[in-house]
Amino acid sequence: MSTPKVRVATIWLDGCSGCHMSLLDMDERLIELADKIDVVYTPLMDVKQFPKDVDVTLVEGAVNSHEDYERILEVRKNTKILVSLGDCAISANVPSMRNPFGVEVTLKRAYVENVTLNPQIPSKEVPPLMPLARPVHAVVKVDLFVQGCPPSADTIHFVIAELLEGRTPDLSERTRFGA
Amino acid sequence: MSPTVRVKTLTIDGQAVGAREDQTIMQVARENNIFVPALCAIEGLTPVGACRLCIVEVKGVNKLLPACATRIEEGMEVTTNSERVANYRRTILEMLFSEGNHICSVCVSNGHCELQTLAKKLGMTHVRVPYRSTMRRVDASHERFIADPNRCILCTRCVRVCDEIEGAHTWDVMGRGINSRIITDLSQPWGDSDSCTSCGKCVNVCPTGALFEKGKAVSEMSKRQEFLPYLTLMREGKK
Repeated sequence: MSTPKVRVATIWLDGCSGCHMSLLDMDERLIELADKIDVVYTPLMDVKQFPKDVDVTLVEGAVNSHEDYERILEVRKNTKILVSLGDCAISANVPSMRNPFGVEVTLKRAYVENVTLNPQIPSKEVPPLMPLARPVHAVVKVDLFVQGCPPSADTIHFVIAELLEGRTPDLSERTRFGA
Repeated sequence: MSPTVRVKTLTIDGQAVGAREDQTIMQVARENNIFVPALCAIEGLTPVGACRLCIVEVKGVNKLLPACATRIEEGMEVTTNSERVANYRRTILEMLFSEGNHICSVCVSNGHCELQTLAKKLGMTHVRVPYRSTMRRVDASHERFIADPNRCILCTRCVRVCDEIEGAHTWDVMGRGINSRIITDLSQPWGDSDSCTSCGKCVNVCPTGALFEKGKAVSEMSKRQEFLPYLTLMREGKK
């Protein structure tokens, strides 16, 4: 019997999905990785419930809505190594640009002032915003920070490959904020 | 070298070096290819010790000293890269990032920013303190330049270059502590300034994207700072 595969998840909070696009940019290396890892949860698959006993979760995006908040608590509870993937997860990046204005002004700007057809602040379906868009580590413990907007496919591949070898990836020469 | 200038000897990171007695630790370190980070110090302007990133350990002195504003002394033993210094520097960087609104990914200076470069070089992986997310208004009233205080780290390079080199003193600092900010003239819009000569020196010495040229998009604003040492020498009549 072969050794059990490493259980990997990815989650998309308040980000542009660019980090997930960069993940897909690994191209044929994804097939290579598929021999070693099981992707058990990701927005790219149709899985509703975040599973238990996940070895590594890559988190894209800031914690901006109450839904983001509930989800990241669930993820942390069930993940051994939690990775903040990209600038939004690490610094709240672009989603945080609404912070100085406050929730009310932000929603009004998005749903009333710039809308011609039926302008109204949503009261259902759209998850309510928290007072501030925050980095993931401001809410739960984060084990590794991978900077970049987005981190390159090479960087993400390096991170996964190093983690699979049981090492902590040294990213000092590979990426930076805004890369 | 004139015969009245004395030479002093000291060690930096265990390396024995000699230098003129009127030099600072930073000058001597850099002459000897020893890296000392800085955001406010720039060759050609008076040091102010504002950013504290150049702090070093000196044997026998309990507090950390700013290398840019500390003269060398005979027999000094300087350490530029201890774990203690590295920790303080990372903390300072984190506080700079949390104090303003530094969104590298959408900044004109992305890829050319001294703050961003140092964050990478000094291993700042994330900011441990809460972001302040304060509202700071952008001044786009000048014909050619924009001041975005969200990206300002109060290094005062703009203030000094305008005063010491251009001689206009358009820029200054207003307020105290956390409320300090950079202003033009008597806190009037930059575009209305009577003293500004539109020379652009402030824009080019600014280490971040706080001062930039109009029409620049993300990552397009690279600064040119080579002019400064030459202008300083000319002012002093040495060339």
